[in-house]
Amino acid sequence: MTAANAETILKSSHLLGIEALSVGEITSLLDLADSYVALNRSAKKKTELLKGRTLINLFFEASTRTQSSFELAGKRLGADVLNMAVKTSSVSKGETLIDTATTLNAMRPDILVVRHPDSGAAELLSRKLDCSVINAGDGSHEHPTQALLDALTMRRRGRKFEGLIVAICGDVLHSRVARSNIQLLLKMGARVRLVAPRTLLPADAERFGVEIFHDMKKGLEGVDVVMMLRLQLERMAGAFVPSTREYFRFYGLDAEKLKRAKPGALVMHPGPMNRGVEIDSAVADDIEVSVIQEQVEMGVAIRMAVLDALSRGLAREGRNAP
Amino acid sequence: MTGSNRTGRIAFRNARLIDPAAKLDAKGGLLVENGRIADVGPRLFNDAEANDPEIVDCKGLVLAPGLIDMRVFTGEPGSEHRETLESASLAAAAGGVTTIVVMPNTDPVIDEPSLVDFIRRRAAATAKVRVVPTAALTKGLAGEVMTEIGLLTEAGAVAFTDGDRTISNTRVLRRALAYASTFGALVVGHAEDPDLSEGASVTEGEYAMRLGLPAAPAAAEAIIVERDIRLVEMTGARYHFGQISTRASLDAIAAAKKRGLPITCSVAAHNLALNELDVGSYFTFMKVKPPLRSEEDRAAMLEGVASGLIDAIVSGHDPQAADTKRQPFAQAAFGAVGLETLLPVVLGLHHDGRTSLSLALRTLTSAPARILGLNAGTLAKGAPADLVLIDPDEPFSVREDELRSRARNTPFEGRKFHGRAQQTYVGGECVFDRKKAR
Repeated sequence: MTAANAETILKSSHLLGIEALSVGEITSLLDLADSYVALNRSAKKKTELLKGRTLINLFFEASTRTQSSFELAGKRLGADVLNMAVKTSSVSKGETLIDTATTLNAMRPDILVVRHPDSGAAELLSRKLDCSVINAGDGSHEHPTQALLDALTMRRRGRKFEGLIVAICGDVLHSRVARSNIQLLLKMGARVRLVAPRTLLPADAERFGVEIFHDMKKGLEGVDVVMMLRLQLERMAGAFVPSTREYFRFYGLDAEKLKRAKPGALVMHPGPMNRGVEIDSAVADDIEVSVIQEQVEMGVAIRMAVLDALSRGLAREGRNAP
Repeated sequence: MTGSNRTGRIAFRNARLIDPAAKLDAKGGLLVENGRIADVGPRLFNDAEANDPEIVDCKGLVLAPGLIDMRVFTGEPGSEHRETLESASLAAAAGGVTTIVVMPNTDPVIDEPSLVDFIRRRAAATAKVRVVPTAALTKGLAGEVMTEIGLLTEAGAVAFTDGDRTISNTRVLRRALAYASTFGALVVGHAEDPDLSEGASVTEGEYAMRLGLPAAPAAAEAIIVERDIRLVEMTGARYHFGQISTRASLDAIAAAKKRGLPITCSVAAHNLALNELDVGSYFTFMKVKPPLRSEEDRAAMLEGVASGLIDAIVSGHDPQAADTKRQPFAQAAFGAVGLETLLPVVLGLHHDGRTSLSLALRTLTSAPARILGLNAGTLAKGAPADLVLIDPDEPFSVREDELRSRARNTPFEGRKFHGRAQQTYVGGECVFDRKKAR
């Protein structure tokens, strides 16, 4: 299937962010991911596309969901997958990063998936390593595969990006998911609204080319998609918002607020959810509107597509060629 | 420091003499005797005198007072792997800088008379240029207890500063300023609200948002500038803002100067030459304090220099070891070396038509000398023969492997400039000659 027509999909040998991707690259990745959704739903889920290739999952932040999604994607494509969880000490995070990079390089991996609490960490690693680097989340910067899987979810639900209105709600300030999604959606022709109190929005957020709403009811008026962001628990203790109950009252998604959106609007969340903080359980579990479980399924498919696309680059450049 | 009892005569002929202190910009010659300027004038040595032991034919190049850099961080004592007084002085000499004012942010902090004495003795024994120590304004730079301003002044500290730290306790600062004014001591402040800028690595704005970097608003600077101006008004202390970088700060300082307050300010060369976009893809050599600002703020700094509102330009020289810079941006150390790029950046202001050569050089000579009360920064007869011979047009590219500084964290790697120092003299002794340099 996909291995046969191995045309180039990505110009770069890394996936560090949505920012550098073209509309064509994004569309091709989504098309490729569609084929992997079909494969994943069949009985024989495994291919040999990445046979002999080594994929390392390097996670400086715990993330069961993203890490297992990449692991499964790698294994289904036949790669050898190594999971490395690195405990970062607060004193020498960076030292660990560079040292780990040097060590890893010597193991000659083909693809490195990295999650790190600092913005720019994936980029730094891509400069130090000879393999392809996939950014699985760096600080508050980008989380490109999340934005791609969200786009795939919307597209498979029959939504066309052109003119689509998407409200991204919650902690935009600290969110890499928001940054990647904003850029992807704008590139694809969608309209983006950000809904949050001022303390959770970056200064100059409107310069992204988005609309800003502080009143969630107004912000959800007529939207096609409601994308909720996770509020980190440590942000809630009076520093950014006064309390969880106040936050839920004004910015939590419940059935009442959701009524403002277009009938049949999709509800999305990157997970893991804080029920009763940013999203009401009834909404999250309503299979009529919530596509949260679908997002997880699309996550595996999109990561297979990304691994597939990057491995074509590996073959092309003859790097680490078996 | 170099010996001052030299009897050697040096005759400079065929020079373009620029002495901003005397508003002099004319062809002429200069005579050095016993480490001092013995004579200077347009007709001096028009015909070379063969019996002069040393004649330097300047070939029309600029001969100016040696530069004074008001803001230099070194690693001595405590972090000699970053920079020693000696290595900083070599960088200074190559940059045409004959006086460096060193910050007290060392380990231990320079907050005792004996440590000021240590700096002076180490400098006398090892440094090629004049080293002028400052002392901490508060003990241990902790912002709590003022230092012995009187005794430290007697020991030779020319100013009191917590370097790149802002004193957040307004009451402590008020008392320190009031006490300093008793001795007529100069206080050099750093303006960055410590709470607003805690954990921040860049200036807040669209670019920081795109990079997802922790950022502090530009107003964090003006908030402190305005606070400190109020305190100067209350106490009458002589106060210098060590490194400003925003239009709002400049506006506040302009108003304060208009009211006649004893306030001066300087800007770092990199804040004149670079803006927030130079951070690029997380380039940690661009991580400085205060951060690189918006283009609008950078333009305000250039205007401030041209109008004379900004008194001095400094390098803010802050050497950092490679391992503290080769980090994710938020973890990387602040600081950029700048002694060797200070003059080229300032000459750039002249080349861009923003200032005359004389005004540009004033920010590095007579202005800092006046603020600090130093007998330097002039070509007047009897002044120490601290001189720099400048080719203002020589094109060159900055190469980090050619820097004299022990650390290589220059934000100008690969950048093209026009003009730099050719020879540097301290007390009549040649401490740098580009022709003989490696």
